[in-house]
Amino acid sequence: MSLKRIVSANSLMWLVIAAVSLLCLLPLLLILMISFTDEAEIVRHGYSFFPGKLSLEAYSLLFKSGKQMFNSYGITIFVTVVGTAAATLITGMASFAISNPSVRNRDKLAMYFFIPMVFSGGMVPWYMINRAIGLTDNILALIIPTLLFSPFNLFLVRNYMRELPISLIESAKLDGANDVTIAFKIFFPLSMPILATVALFYSIGYWNDWWNAIMLVSDINLYPVQYFLMKLKSEASMLKNMQSMAGGGAFKPQESLQMATAIITIGPIILLYPFLQRFFVKGLVVGSVKG
Amino acid sequence: MKNKLVFLADVRTNFFSYLLALPAILFTLIFGYCTIPYMIIAFQKYNFRKGLLGSEFVGFKNFEFFFKSNDIVQVIVNTIKLNFLFIGFTTLLALVISVLLNELSQNWMRKFFQSSFLFPYFMSWVVISYMLYSLLSYDHGLINNVLEWAGLKPLSFYTESKYWTAILVMMKMWKDFGLNVIIYLAVITGFDTEIYEAARIDGANRWQVCTRITTPLLMTTVSILTIIAIGKIFYGDFGMIYALVGDNGVLYETTDVIDTFMFRTLRTVGNPSQAMAVGLFQAIMGFILVCGTNYIVKKRFREGALF
Repeated sequence: MSLKRIVSANSLMWLVIAAVSLLCLLPLLLILMISFTDEAEIVRHGYSFFPGKLSLEAYSLLFKSGKQMFNSYGITIFVTVVGTAAATLITGMASFAISNPSVRNRDKLAMYFFIPMVFSGGMVPWYMINRAIGLTDNILALIIPTLLFSPFNLFLVRNYMRELPISLIESAKLDGANDVTIAFKIFFPLSMPILATVALFYSIGYWNDWWNAIMLVSDINLYPVQYFLMKLKSEASMLKNMQSMAGGGAFKPQESLQMATAIITIGPIILLYPFLQRFFVKGLVVGSVKG
Repeated sequence: MKNKLVFLADVRTNFFSYLLALPAILFTLIFGYCTIPYMIIAFQKYNFRKGLLGSEFVGFKNFEFFFKSNDIVQVIVNTIKLNFLFIGFTTLLALVISVLLNELSQNWMRKFFQSSFLFPYFMSWVVISYMLYSLLSYDHGLINNVLEWAGLKPLSFYTESKYWTAILVMMKMWKDFGLNVIIYLAVITGFDTEIYEAARIDGANRWQVCTRITTPLLMTTVSILTIIAIGKIFYGDFGMIYALVGDNGVLYETTDVIDTFMFRTLRTVGNPSQAMAVGLFQAIMGFILVCGTNYIVKKRFREGALF
């Protein structure tokens, strides 16, 4: 094989990978650019990566009149923090029970958690149960249904905990520790890598959720950011409210305002991304090697 | 009786372990098992005031509505067709990219690309719908800008259903392939390095290493993941379809799936019994498929079976 062919094969490979990588990032860059584009410029020339005139008006308007948006932001932060902590705790505790070798029915218990993953009533009964137990139009309706516990994460943690030495449990028991102490003092600290990964899964789930909101919440003060963003596109009145404080220019920010709102909702994900993706990859590697 | 005693004895000796599992047990009971009795409303004319026990039974009438309506064939076909396309294209792209990425020797470059591929996975479908709009919008969209610049007629994406199968497949690929790349790369790192050394000594070039060694070795993982995905083929991605298409009825012909149809029947039309009939059909078909695909995985790969 000639040197030339090797070089060209190599560069072709690079080209393909770089192109795909670019395609992954460009849509984000586009909405970022639109959010900084002058509204009159959008009306005249449409969206572009290289707008003729930049403007910060969308953001200044957002911070002036985005009260509802910041309220939604607060809801989402609260729901994400509380939900992630509770969900990780519940998952960790249950994982301990199904990986504790002295629990004789641990495999049956695991089966109990697994069965509804394969067969359950779906959307309609889920909706009715939430209504029946009062999980509508309150903050708990955004935290508890669907997101609070995932059997998938349970099995991820279980697989990790099963690899820990049994002798730890035995020697702690000889020292008179009960299962709660063993779980919290020995198992959880040793399972930190996988618990952190699972916490990450849960937090992304909470941050990006709007399913609970669309099904169970009608009070605008309880909208999480994702649902707020969704409504901002479908309900003109919401946009009008936000625009009402705009100055007297010919074009009030509209499209740029929507895109700025979208950028603000993904802000934390972008800021935390290097950290997020490292844990995510680590967790998946652990999960796929051991599971 | 004896089993019960053994179980109780187990609970007593490991009381604290069961206590720790209690929140998860309750959650699964309420949101998992309690949904099953509600399935009978598929055979009722459900009334919110009368409840589960008080509502009148109507036999298979709700299913009749479901199977006689013209939409339903479309909806089922869309669900299955879209899922097959999603699985096929996402797997193919992820496979190609992970095999290529594995050949890159610079570690930091690999890390950078890996991060950029995974990035879309963290975006919510709502945010993606904004990105899609910025590309497809009739007035200002980037694609129409380019078409206009090239002297072509702009395309009206949001009123023409014929474009949407392709659009949905591309968006699904865009969001999910990075996750698959990470999984495949993790599996590739687990391969025996001796095989690669042996191939190099025998004079295999890069292309041959990719096509004759890495790809065939990956096939087990690819098959298992594909079969598992096929088990879920009756479940449409509600979050995706509803965020991207919403209530835009013009596009239903190619985009409406079982889950969005069920959602509308429940929330917009307000008929829980008919929605449940759809849900019951879905649950049963889904269950059969999961068992079937699990059986296949168990027989052919042993390791990868779910249960």
